Amino acid sequence: MSAGAPLLEVDDLRVSFATEDGLVRAVDGVSFTISPGEVLAIVGESGSGKSVMAMTLMGLTRGPNARIAGRATLGAVELVSASERDLQRIRGASIAMVFQDPMSSLNPVYRIGRQIVEQIRVHDRSVSKQEASARAVELLARVGIPHAERRLQSYPHEFSGGMRQRVMIAMALSCSPRLLIADEPTTALDVTVQAQILEELRVLRQQSDAGIILITHDLAVVADIADRVIVMYAGRVVEHGTLDELFYDPQHPYTWGLLGSITRVDRDTSTMLPAIPGMPPSLLRTPQGCHFRPRCPHAFAKCMDVPELSARAPDAPGHLDRCWLEVEQKRKLRVVGDQIGLASSEPVIS
Amino acid sequence: MSGEDAALRVPASAAETNGTALLEVEHLRVLFPIKQGLLIDRTIGHVHAVDDVSFVLHEGETLGIVGESGCGKTTLIRALVRLTHATAGAIRFRGADITAASQKQLRPVRREMQMVFQDPQASLNPRKRISQILGSPLRLRGVPRAQTEGRARDLLTRVGMYGEHLNRFPHEFSGGQRQRIGIARALAVDPKLILLDEPVSALDVSIQAQVINLLEELQGEFQLSYIFVAHDLSVVRHVSDRIIVMYLGKLMEVSPARELYEKPIHPYTTALLASIPIPDPKENRKRDRPLVGGEPPNPVNPPSGCRFHPRCPRATAICREVEPPLTEYAGGHLAACHHPQNVSAEEIAASRRSAASPLAAGEETPAADPA
Repeated sequence: MSAGAPLLEVDDLRVSFATEDGLVRAVDGVSFTISPGEVLAIVGESGSGKSVMAMTLMGLTRGPNARIAGRATLGAVELVSASERDLQRIRGASIAMVFQDPMSSLNPVYRIGRQIVEQIRVHDRSVSKQEASARAVELLARVGIPHAERRLQSYPHEFSGGMRQRVMIAMALSCSPRLLIADEPTTALDVTVQAQILEELRVLRQQSDAGIILITHDLAVVADIADRVIVMYAGRVVEHGTLDELFYDPQHPYTWGLLGSITRVDRDTSTMLPAIPGMPPSLLRTPQGCHFRPRCPHAFAKCMDVPELSARAPDAPGHLDRCWLEVEQKRKLRVVGDQIGLASSEPVIS
Repeated sequence: MSGEDAALRVPASAAETNGTALLEVEHLRVLFPIKQGLLIDRTIGHVHAVDDVSFVLHEGETLGIVGESGCGKTTLIRALVRLTHATAGAIRFRGADITAASQKQLRPVRREMQMVFQDPQASLNPRKRISQILGSPLRLRGVPRAQTEGRARDLLTRVGMYGEHLNRFPHEFSGGQRQRIGIARALAVDPKLILLDEPVSALDVSIQAQVINLLEELQGEFQLSYIFVAHDLSVVRHVSDRIIVMYLGKLMEVSPARELYEKPIHPYTTALLASIPIPDPKENRKRDRPLVGGEPPNPVNPPSGCRFHPRCPRATAICREVEPPLTEYAGGHLAACHHPQNVSAEEIAASRRSAASPLAAGEETPAADPA
């Protein structure tokens, strides 16, 4: 979006975990940048590494079994190698996170007000309790919670799911973060409430110029709010482009499969969805070469080598993908009937 | 079950008789008591989970039921298979009243009416092998022991899995595969009707599409009827012939699938549709999406009159006072609203009060709005 310096620069981030069964490569060389005021969506199915990637940025995946390599630079701070003390200063202040399940991210035995005040005062000791309380009321009102002053006295269980998610967003905003990471923020919510929360995110990005990383599996939500999209598959980025590039000129067969798999509320979809056969691989035993190869009907000999993530279409230098096929070839192959999808092949179910 | 019962039955609504009725639901209510007290439990109120719901399911039809959490859609279908007791009303399967049938009387009905649950992990016994999970319904159906394994193997391959999976335990499978096993188990008794409670909402997008495709194939092959409960309107549109929109235990709108999306009559349906983003950025930007504020109220003390009135942009005094009857418009499109949208004055004039209306609903069908 904006041409200024990027807010966050992630370079070749790798996260793996040593388990009893072997090494799990959860994030396998992810690079991207995000600018202020930009909404970057990270799309992928369960096990694609999208959440691990986000948690690593917050320093939440560190542990004796985790191996983390690469760089993630937020302003002057390198997050991967930052000390735990530095991270504590950053968490909640420069980077805030909103999780999928608002119930388990709020402490059930403390009143909402106390939890927000605590977060404000941890990062700025000079703020008095009264000031922090006033700020909390302001924040709750800003995210659309009625009777904010009274609601400060409520416990998390007294709120509905949508209201709890608003509280989470209010807490995330309490220190005016430069980067907000929202991990499936609307997945647990009803559609009418989801629409309200997405609207809050839109308002937030207009008002504060914060960058937002939105992690989701829902392409409709992506189409609604994102500026740029990263598609992840089995730990790797397979495609990276602007919203319109990804939806109207998708370059990776996995993206075609995702687009073909979704039903649409505004029009009739063909009786049989051009679905992706098979299942994502286990991260313990990822296939050689392109990770999507075993499920891809267009795979050929060259797919045994891992394709680089690079721009392949000459007219779109920012549109990156990891597929060996020629651009023109892809533009033909991805059309199934009258829509984009993955051409059918023998279903592989292991 | 018996044929003479079916012959005696009068259909619930004259306009709903195209096709043979498989399942008829009349004025069904499911109320859960709220109890309080230390020694003596006093009932201090009720959760109005399903509150006077009537509809008919025809043979070979897929009926979608949509609504937000707490609207009573799951309670409704659990009551249909008698997993939850109905407080009042009638459920008829092939004309036979099963509302108060004993477990023994229900046995032949259950053979024809199966259920697939949302969470495939929780609905398969973790200590049983797949052969046992599929074997017991087969034996209940009277398949000799010697043949059960072969039949189980056939079922498993039919849902896109392999015969060697028979000896495995549920935990050895992914969510999508478990849901396939759940579907195979439902198919084992050769049912006519399968009730699907959010069958794909726990699955990843690509696996969702596989399971939806599988359900479509099976429907044609085994002449199944489905009741498909989901909160995802786009999935429901894809699979359903007709759709019921529920809100706080009441039917808001019943409509042929396509018409519901092209011509929603109830403002709640409009609100639901507007809330859903479309996976198409250009279309999304073009859309005018009025957001509905608030959240569904508490079903213990539902609002008076129309239950949607506190959130409804079109609500007037009558909506607070009189519960709107289900009004039948052309093409079997029903809506419970005093201020219907997307219908012309002629269509309103030709409309009539449906027999499926709640008993407490007002008599007056909507008049053409001056606006």
